[in-house]
Amino acid sequence: MQLTFSAVLALVASATLGAVLLGAVASRIARPVPLAAGVGAVAGLVGPLLFYVPLRFCTFGPEAEPVDLLFGLTLGATGTLLALRIARTLLDPAGAKQRAVKRDTTTHGVFRGHPFLPWVLLAPTLLILILFLYWPALYTLDLSTQLVRLGAPFSVDRCVLNFTELIGPSSPTTTFGVLLATLVLFVAGAWLDRRGDSRSERWGSWLTTLGVGTTLLFLYLLWTSSYQRVFTVTLIISAGTVVIGLVISIVIAYLAYQPMRGGAIYRTLLIWPYAISPPIAGILFFVIFDPNAGIIEHWLNTLFGITLPNYRQDPMLAQALVILASVWKTLGYNLLFYIAGLQNVRTDLLEAASIDGANIWQRFRHVVIPALSPITFFLVVTNLTYAFFETFGTIDYLTAGGPAGATSVAMYEIYRVAIPGRDLGRGAAQSLILFAGVIALTAWQFRSTGRRVSYGN
Amino acid sequence: MSTLGQVPGTPAAPAAPQTSFVASQHRRRFGQRRSKADRWYNHLALIVICFAIGFPVLYAALVATQGNADFFAFRLTPGDMLGENWNVVWNTRQLGGYLLNSTIQAIVITVGKTITALLAGLAFVHLRFPGKWWVFWFVLVTLMMPTEISIIALFRIVSFFDWGNTMYALTIPFLASATGAFLFRQHFANLPSELSEAAQLDGASPTQYLWRILLPLSWNVIGALAVIQFIYSWNMYLWPLMIITEQSSQVVQVGLGTLRTIGGGQTYGPLMLGALVASIPPTLVFILLQKQFLAGFSIASDK
Repeated sequence: MQLTFSAVLALVASATLGAVLLGAVASRIARPVPLAAGVGAVAGLVGPLLFYVPLRFCTFGPEAEPVDLLFGLTLGATGTLLALRIARTLLDPAGAKQRAVKRDTTTHGVFRGHPFLPWVLLAPTLLILILFLYWPALYTLDLSTQLVRLGAPFSVDRCVLNFTELIGPSSPTTTFGVLLATLVLFVAGAWLDRRGDSRSERWGSWLTTLGVGTTLLFLYLLWTSSYQRVFTVTLIISAGTVVIGLVISIVIAYLAYQPMRGGAIYRTLLIWPYAISPPIAGILFFVIFDPNAGIIEHWLNTLFGITLPNYRQDPMLAQALVILASVWKTLGYNLLFYIAGLQNVRTDLLEAASIDGANIWQRFRHVVIPALSPITFFLVVTNLTYAFFETFGTIDYLTAGGPAGATSVAMYEIYRVAIPGRDLGRGAAQSLILFAGVIALTAWQFRSTGRRVSYGN
Repeated sequence: MSTLGQVPGTPAAPAAPQTSFVASQHRRRFGQRRSKADRWYNHLALIVICFAIGFPVLYAALVATQGNADFFAFRLTPGDMLGENWNVVWNTRQLGGYLLNSTIQAIVITVGKTITALLAGLAFVHLRFPGKWWVFWFVLVTLMMPTEISIIALFRIVSFFDWGNTMYALTIPFLASATGAFLFRQHFANLPSELSEAAQLDGASPTQYLWRILLPLSWNVIGALAVIQFIYSWNMYLWPLMIITEQSSQVVQVGLGTLRTIGGGQTYGPLMLGALVASIPPTLVFILLQKQFLAGFSIASDK
């Protein structure tokens, strides 16, 4: 481990940034400026070190390419921002008071005089979580910086090469321009949001939405062309599954939620695909859409004279089938929540709307959809997670990632690289890229819950 | 890992709907309307939708009785090959062994996870201890760490333990989860504190309280968690595909792959029959525990 001049420079810059940023908000959180600035400096130092120490400062080393250095600096900057965010939260006295109250609302009817019992009760859970979630997570970090072959006893240090070899924009200037545009959009969005009046708030949320779009564009441009394909395929299949699935579910739920004869039977018949596994969904669609003897194609052909292309050669159709199978499989779960949610929509609202002359579509658009927005939001997140991870089984049976990688989503690619390809290090690195996506999703979920999507009922 | 096993009441979920499927009957009893929904076209639409949703499985049931000749002729009448297909599925490919492994795996995970979650829930609600806030966050953070993300490292770790091809590999890593712990934490917290105070006056210990009072009050939640966990573990695919390489230890989701080609060519009847048989246990669990499942969902709401 050698601390080069550039590494020292980066750390000093980070610490200074921390001191300045926290010092600037010191008055808002009612703390003296020197204290806030000091904490900021420490956080600014610790944040990047969390990445640099495990990496042994290799991104600053003599062998590192510029892209490695840049990647390292990005990691460090992420560390800085995270540490500053945490430091600010911890400094805020109002927040501390709130936490003290909040943390114990669920504790009641306490049994006294059992000092060891809680640890005995929690031991199984904690042990499993440490051994089979935390340890693997840290170990993934370790693997991602190495060249490790499945079954081979030795490994070689690769610094951040497993990541940076996936980065290779065909036009660095455009990519950088999009990145700048993204930053501008987010900053402007946040600024407008803070101004407080409803018009700027609306503009702010538009800008932020646009910023999410340019973020995706930036990420798309960032990768080498081969990883670009994985990124696009993951995006298409996830977005398709979520959007189509939720639209269909909300319509069916609107038909099925009302009390009617046989309602319980309908509902059971609608939600049972929840019990079917993703791989079996893949098998069923594999047979229904068989290129030689698929029944759907046969019917389309006899009735309308339509011939489908062979999905084992046609990328679009293959993606459409994976989406269709996933939508079918998740339908039961979505309906479960939407039907329960609709039964909760206040009937007086609907009746008032219909007295005011709202037709069925207007009632649906202006009463039902807003009332379901918290559930929709929850389902967007669970369906996206489903599309990221559970589609693996469907894809493996239906298309095996083909044709030519057209249905190889990120998780499928990880498996392909790591197990049949025997390259555990690269697989681990790609896992972490997907993990970054999951974290972004979770952060978005935490920010939005209780903000935009709550309507009191 | 259990995406669709996520349960309202865990911190990631919104305030869950209070009314459940069960409640709609209740509402009808008040009797205002033999509702407007009871129109023929509504029924027609729902019947068509139910049929469309059921189509893949209905068609699978049809193909399961057919040989390749019927299948390629697009016949919509049951064939006479059911016995033969069964013979392939059960005797030639020995689906029974896979089913047994899956059953053991699913039951061990379901029971184990319920127990660890009950214990953790008790500790979180009815006991106070130093560092509780940290433990809470330590467990909470795992909600956003899907097993799949670190599945390569898990594969290495389980291989260090030399658990490859064993039931240990299929069960032990999944015996605890934040979802379960938080579900019971939420449920216990919603019960009145007088219950535990009364139990303490009677001199009950926390474990006695769990066994005598909480357990009988928790059947709906246990049922809901059992449905989710049973289906989750029965449907597990990627992990067994990676860690189990011996046919005799394999689970049914992966084992179905052996039904794709019989004697060199692609066959459809046995594959469909196998897929149907493999779907029976989770569907049964779902239907048998449906009431608890639905009720458990509404209980989990944070009031």
